[in-house]
Amino acid sequence: MNFFIRTRKRLSKFLNAFFKKRQSRIGIYGPPNAGKTTLSNRIVRDWTGDALGPVSEIPHETRRARRKEGITISNQNGNTVTIDIVDTPGVTTKIDYQEFIEYGMEKDDAIKRAREATEGVAEAMHWLREDIDGVIYMLDATLDPFTQVNIMLVGIIESRDLPVIIVANKIDLPDASASAIRKAFPQHPVIPVSGLEGNNMEELYEKMLEYFG
Amino acid sequence: MIQGVQIDLISADRLERMTKMEKIRLIIDDVMEGNIVVLEKGLTPDEQSGLIELTMQKITPDGFSGIEMETYAAKDASSSGGGLFGKLFGKKVSATRMTVIGPANQMKTIKKDKDLISAWVSSR
Repeated sequence: MNFFIRTRKRLSKFLNAFFKKRQSRIGIYGPPNAGKTTLSNRIVRDWTGDALGPVSEIPHETRRARRKEGITISNQNGNTVTIDIVDTPGVTTKIDYQEFIEYGMEKDDAIKRAREATEGVAEAMHWLREDIDGVIYMLDATLDPFTQVNIMLVGIIESRDLPVIIVANKIDLPDASASAIRKAFPQHPVIPVSGLEGNNMEELYEKMLEYFG
Repeated sequence: MIQGVQIDLISADRLERMTKMEKIRLIIDDVMEGNIVVLEKGLTPDEQSGLIELTMQKITPDGFSGIEMETYAAKDASSSGGGLFGKLFGKKVSATRMTVIGPANQMKTIKKDKDLISAWVSSR
């Protein structure tokens, strides 16, 4: 009897592994200090009560991609989607340790942070190329969105045919403008939120259900 | 000796004969020497991704700090003629445009709009 149960379990495990599509991995991408980890923490906390990583005003606080598996998002109509959230290091084309010294860091710490940050950017690009199924692209709504890094990254995401939602973050700040971001990227949905205050997260979750479900 | 900055303008014909890695190597090697590279035709998204990765590998304290790069916004090729494939299958094809790349510690973009890139360059 035990033999049959064990065999059935093994067969079931094999068939699940063979036929079941893995959960979509949704990457939170964007330039440094856009609020990626704050939003990741907000999403993870809202649906699991957990958190993903620390935040800081010093750029490149996140220097390793972090994944939280099995986050189930749902709405009142009973629609649900289960995804993995991947919080990624901010992408840039330049890193100078002197920038961190200006925030009061010691030289050795600043050099270490810069080295880890360069590895983090390369790691973020690697995830995008190999392991990401959809993207939430984060922008600080108080800054000009029409930068080369933003244009380049959105172009890279589009070239991979990945579904993308653009988040205009920091709308709790007086200078924030979601309309400037909509003008820069009219081909994608733009959801204004405050990851810090949790403003307008419901609209983002509805869009995530629509785009990543 | 006259102080100045070397500017290398690379034609679209030459770029078309090069592989992805050859282009990335050419740009990085040139920029790390303190030169400004102007590409008549820009890089594809895949090449841009590779350029970012290699740039990160080359950054060193008090040495190379990365690149400054500017390009005009890509044009949708289907709206400017496009190919038969694009027209038949509706595949979005972006035509890359002139691109300027330089060392981050020597080049700063002053102004950029749809059809104008204004950059400031210093010698090392």
